[in-house]
Parts: sequence; structure tokens; C-alpha cells
Amino acid sequence: MPEVEPVLSIRDLNLRFGDTRVLFDIDLDVTAGGVTAIIGPSGSGKSTLLRCLNRMVDLVPVARVEGEILFGGKDILDSDYDVVELRQKVGMVFQKPNPFPRSIYDNVAYGPRIRGKVARGRLDDIVEQALRSAALWDEVKDRLGTSAMDLSGGQQQRLCIARCLAVKPEILLMDEPCSALDPASTARIEDLITDLREDVTVLLVTHNLQQAARVSDDTIFLLGGELIESGPTDSIFTKASDTRTDDYVTGRFG
Amino acid sequence: MIRPERRARILEHLVDGLIRATFWGLVILTLSIVAYFVIRGAGQLDWEFLAAMPRNRGIEGGIFPAILGTVLLTAGTALVALPLGVMAAVYLTEYAPGGRAVRLINLAIVNLAGVPSVVYGLFGLAVFVLLLGLGSSLGAASLTLGLLTLPVVVTATREALLTVPRAYREAAFALGASRRQVVLTHVLPYCRSGIMAGALLGLSRAMGETAPILVTGVAVVLPRLPTGFGSRFMALPYHLYISATQIPGMPAERIWATALTLLAMVLALNLLAGILGND
Repeated sequence: MPEVEPVLSIRDLNLRFGDTRVLFDIDLDVTAGGVTAIIGPSGSGKSTLLRCLNRMVDLVPVARVEGEILFGGKDILDSDYDVVELRQKVGMVFQKPNPFPRSIYDNVAYGPRIRGKVARGRLDDIVEQALRSAALWDEVKDRLGTSAMDLSGGQQQRLCIARCLAVKPEILLMDEPCSALDPASTARIEDLITDLREDVTVLLVTHNLQQAARVSDDTIFLLGGELIESGPTDSIFTKASDTRTDDYVTGRFG
Repeated sequence: MIRPERRARILEHLVDGLIRATFWGLVILTLSIVAYFVIRGAGQLDWEFLAAMPRNRGIEGGIFPAILGTVLLTAGTALVALPLGVMAAVYLTEYAPGGRAVRLINLAIVNLAGVPSVVYGLFGLAVFVLLLGLGSSLGAASLTLGLLTLPVVVTATREALLTVPRAYREAAFALGASRRQVVLTHVLPYCRSGIMAGALLGLSRAMGETAPILVTGVAVVLPRLPTGFGSRFMALPYHLYISATQIPGMPAERIWATALTLLAMVLALNLLAGILGND
């Protein structure tokens, strides 16, 4: 099998919040396409790692990041790197659904709109396409003008995914996207993730090991801010090379 | 002997009654103040009183220039305090890196709110009237009252900004919005009514101020209307003070009617603030 060019290469990534070290010497290649799950107990740095990849960590004033994250041949941690452009290519879905208190249409159109004027007809197409990709179109097509806050939690989360997809990202970061949802909604989001992998590389932080096993191709195990092991999901779950990984995936701690 | 549970119930009723009595006491007090002004002044309130120019040092004619002066002065104050106050608050909550500098600025704002209004007046006289050469004018008085209102606007705006959930900001940032876009398209629209309500309360206080305008531009009796921010002007609070103390032969009901007019204008502004705040 030919070696696949990684879409993201993380080199020697270290991160501190003030005096607290949160990530230690992370080295990681993420292959393009497919779903990569990031697992590990609470406080192991999963969300923080994710937030480095779209520089959302910049919003924390005390955060100090060192190392390199190569994306498209450039280091995104470089202070010259255009964060706005980065966040268009690297979308993020949060733990709790966070639609804007506006109409469904305006939520999805927000990303394209802040990038400049888009003709109304073209915008309608983008919104429809994004909602279809997020498997929400059929449920909302007759009420695009109603407030996003009237949707159920699961619908809100799919709306947030559609909002990301509307700017055509290459990578989608998902930070425990199902932790606030019921099992039925969770199943729908998981189906959606499986469909999305065709077009976009998904990085999925999850507490739910079954979820990681169900939807991901590769799995990364973090513990105490260190990357313990990464590899194809099958081998991480069945024949982990590190005993700590094995202990975690078999439920001995965490 | 009273059983303990019975005693607890009596105490409960007692406290309950006290709180109710205090509430109704305040309501009655407020209403009786308004009622008193209405009884004493309403008889004098007619079209001529509200719309005519003063004659014979205000003993005859109307108080129109004072009403117009107060409206213009309040508008000028808003023009100064609103943009500055909102921008300062946006800087403090959305842009400033936090830490010692922000705490120091906050402390300064809190203290600014505690400065007596007459001190603002003297500052306005020294800086706007004399140093900047604006002279005794509507402009100088507006700037002075604008400064006085600034801390109220900054504080109200900051509180309104803090009610916008962090999740909205994060979502917008994650979609690639710049800080300016996050503030303009997300944060400010969601707390517009809170900002307006706070600002109107600040303005309604400025509307009734006498000391700061005393030395920066108000006139005793001026039988002509202000023509711009360079003009001197009449204002209701000062006109009230002058009518009540400095003009012999001023009919009492004219004083009451003037007070009633000012009260009505302030209450109208407060009411508007309440309506906007409940949005």
C-alpha cells in the first residue's frame, strides 16, 4: 500500500496554561479522509489538542504553544498564518450545540456571509447543500426562517455541523459532539459522521469508547497530556501495544 | 407557652408582613410625590405654558425654551456618552487582555461614578468652556453631562455584554469571524436592549442635573431658542431652581408646573428604559 500524505503533521507540540503543562511533546500525523478518534480520560488534553488545530486556543490569554503543526505545507502556529483562513478550512463542532439565536437559514449562511457578499441565489444553494450534507434538510426545509433555538438538541447539533460545512472545510474538529444528546440523536450524528468522511477529514474527541470503535478509522490515545499510542482503531482496541492503552479501552480505568 | 413551630410561623408572617409593608410604603411614597406635584401644578399646565416663550422673567408666558433646552441637552449628552461608553465597554470586555490594567480601569470607572456632579461642572468650566474655548454653551454643557453619564453607560454596557454566552463568541470565532465581526454581528445585537436600558437610566439622571450645567452654559431666562451647540440655553432643572429662589413674585403654581414637567420627562425616559430592558 502506498504511503498516504498526511493532511496534518503535528511536531513536538507542547502547551502550557500559565504554569500548568497540558500537552507534552505530541507527534502525530493525521491521514487525509476518514475519521480519527481522540480518546482518553477527562483532563488528558483531548479538547486542548483539538483547539490547537484551529488556533481556538488563542482565545485563552495564558496559553503558550510551542512546536509545529503543518497543514498544507505551512505551520499554522506561525503568528503570520491567517487564522481566519485556517478556521474556514478547519471547522469545529462543540460539546454543547451552540446555534446562534437567529433563523436556521441565517445560522448556516453566517460563515459564507462574513467572507463577503454572496448572491442570494448562490447562498440559497450553499445553505441547502450544507443542510443536506448534515442530514437536516428534510426536517427544516419548510421553516428555514424560524429560530434555530426551536430545534431539538440533536437537530441543533446537526445545524451546527451544517454551519461548518457551509464554508467547505477540509477538516472537521468535533469536540464530544454527542455528549449532550440522547441515544437516538447520537446515532444520527454517528451516521452523519460516517457519511461525512467521504468529503472531509474528521477528528472526533469522544469519551464514548463504543462510539470511537463504531465510527473511527484511526484512534489516538492521550493520557495526562501525552500521546500514548495511535494507530488503526482495530488494533488500538484489540491489540494495543501499550498496557495503559489496553487498560483504558478495556475499561480498567478512565 | 408558644410551641416552637408556632413561633416559627408567627415569625414567618411577621417578616413577610414587614417586606410587604416596605414595598407598598415605597409605592405609596412614589405615587404621593407624583400626585402632590400633579395637584399643585396641573392647574397651571396648559398649551401656552408648555409652548410659549417666557415673558417678564418667566412670571408670565411659557417655559418652552427650558423644555427644548433640556431635550437638546439630553440628546447632546447621549451623543457624547453613548458612543464613548459603549466603545470603552466593548474594549474592556472583548479586546483588553485582562489582568491588572483592566482592574485599574474598572476602579477608575467606579470612582468616576462617585465624583460629585458639581466637580464635573467645574471640570467642564475649566476644560470645555475656557481651555477649549467653547464658551458657555449647549456644547460645553453636553460634554460635561456626557462625562458624568459615561461611567453609567460603561457599567451598563459591560453588564449587558457579559450576559452574551461565551458559546456564541466561540461558534463565531470557530467559523473564522474576526474580532470586529464577532462584536458587531454577534455580541452587540444580542444585548442591544440591555445597553439601551442602562444608557437611558443614565441619561434620565443627567436630565435632572443642575450643578454641572450651572457653570457651563445654562441661562436664567432666555427669551429665544438655542440655534446650535454654540448657543446658551435654558434647562428645566435650573429654571426650576431660579424660579423657586431668585425671582420675587413668581407664582407658586408655575414652579410646581415646571417641576411636574421635568418629572414627567424623567419618568418617560425611565419608562422607556424599563420597556427596552424587558425586551
